[in-house]
Amino acid sequence: MKKIGQQTLVFSNTPAVVSAAAIVGPKEGQGPLKINFDLILKDNLFGEKSWEKAECKMLQEAVNRAVDKTDLDLDGIDFLLAGDLLNQTISANFAARQLAIPFLGLYGACSTFAESLILASVLVDGGYATHVMTAVSSHHDTAERQFRFPTELGNQRSPSAQWTVTGAGAALIGPKQEGPCITYATIGKVIDLGIKDSNDMGSAMAPAAADTLAIHLKDTSRSIDDYDLILTGDLGSLGKFLMEHLSERQGCRLGDKYSDCGILIYDSSQDTHAGGSGCACAAVVTCGYVLESLRLKKYNKVLIIGTGALLSPTSMQQGESIPGIAHAVSLENINS
Amino acid sequence: MADLKKEIEDSLQQYKEAEYQELIQQLRPKPPVVKNALAAFAVGGFICAFAQAINNVIIQTGLPQKEAGTVVVIIMIFLGALLTGLGVYDNIGKFSGAGSIIPITGFANAIVSSAMEWKREGYLFGVAAKMFTIAGPVLVYGILSSVVIGIVYYFLK
Repeated sequence: MKKIGQQTLVFSNTPAVVSAAAIVGPKEGQGPLKINFDLILKDNLFGEKSWEKAECKMLQEAVNRAVDKTDLDLDGIDFLLAGDLLNQTISANFAARQLAIPFLGLYGACSTFAESLILASVLVDGGYATHVMTAVSSHHDTAERQFRFPTELGNQRSPSAQWTVTGAGAALIGPKQEGPCITYATIGKVIDLGIKDSNDMGSAMAPAAADTLAIHLKDTSRSIDDYDLILTGDLGSLGKFLMEHLSERQGCRLGDKYSDCGILIYDSSQDTHAGGSGCACAAVVTCGYVLESLRLKKYNKVLIIGTGALLSPTSMQQGESIPGIAHAVSLENINS
Repeated sequence: MADLKKEIEDSLQQYKEAEYQELIQQLRPKPPVVKNALAAFAVGGFICAFAQAINNVIIQTGLPQKEAGTVVVIIMIFLGALLTGLGVYDNIGKFSGAGSIIPITGFANAIVSSAMEWKREGYLFGVAAKMFTIAGPVLVYGILSSVVIGIVYYFLK
């Protein structure tokens, strides 16, 4: 059995992150992590006619750049697992049309990157594939118009609102090698504590993140001290506060080792309110900053907890609450 | 037995939700109400004073008060639409909130920003159909309440 405890998968063959690429928009390119990104766009359109086309192109470009860093070409990739936030995940579908890699489309809202890493690791660890590409994207303007208001509308954003990250991240998962590998993954449950404010996704997702973390530690018999860094995907500042409170109630003090990708990606002068969000938030921070830090041995064990708010504009209008989900992936340096 | 179990689960969930709401209330950042109110007052006041100044100038040219009012409204809607198209009005709105939403320039912003947003989906089902996504409710309930008040007025007259 490759599953331990309630919800955790063990990858005994430790699939490796062979290569990764992160592309971001201009705003993210001004943030504190700018040196870790492979490409910073000059504008949100990326030479395309619509924001949707730009998002699709970013995802495709991220995949191409991740492949270029290896000796492989696109034909050498067994499967592509990709997703995004748009209706019917068009960015991923349309990028897959161009890339022509056998494709499975995924949706886990902003947790899609963690979801794709887990499934890619399962395929590689199980011997069903040697190289699996994972990729996700999000775009501030495409998300605004789908989930909120027209971008030129003169409204005020609430202090708990988050800023959807424009960007795409791709990571190629392959056979065990020296460097960052995936050792454990905990698949989370959908948890809903009745939050109905679509301007406050952090609060909606924090209970799921706290639950997944607690179960991950229990299943693996690990503690916070076993990790050098624990990162949630996009809880933002309010969600991070709540995550710390909820974890402390369960007897787990997170301390300085814990942060959130949504907080790391922007600095406070960028006026994003509670921080970043979107599929690309966790993806570009992981593919850029985290993997680079692992390679440089700044960190050796990092737990990424991808968080997703599983709402739709229709469910919000019908007065439904926002279910949250979180998946944890343990990235560790392996010396072969 | 199954009912009882479900009832216990439901009440547990309700308790968890209430407890969580309480925690959020403690931690949630508060909007800067005083700053927002002052910004809304200043910008909203400026827009109205500006419109009044145009009104005064037009009356000086000899147009009667009623027609002058119509011309002012046309000018203000034009300015609201122009500033939206130039990408300025959303920044004004970010600063002043209700101060720039309530005047008629805000109404122009709601329609023009929607029309711009959906231009890529075509002129028929994009621009024309989506133009009223924000402003539509104002029109519907504005017209509805004017009809109701008209009927009341008819009987009270």
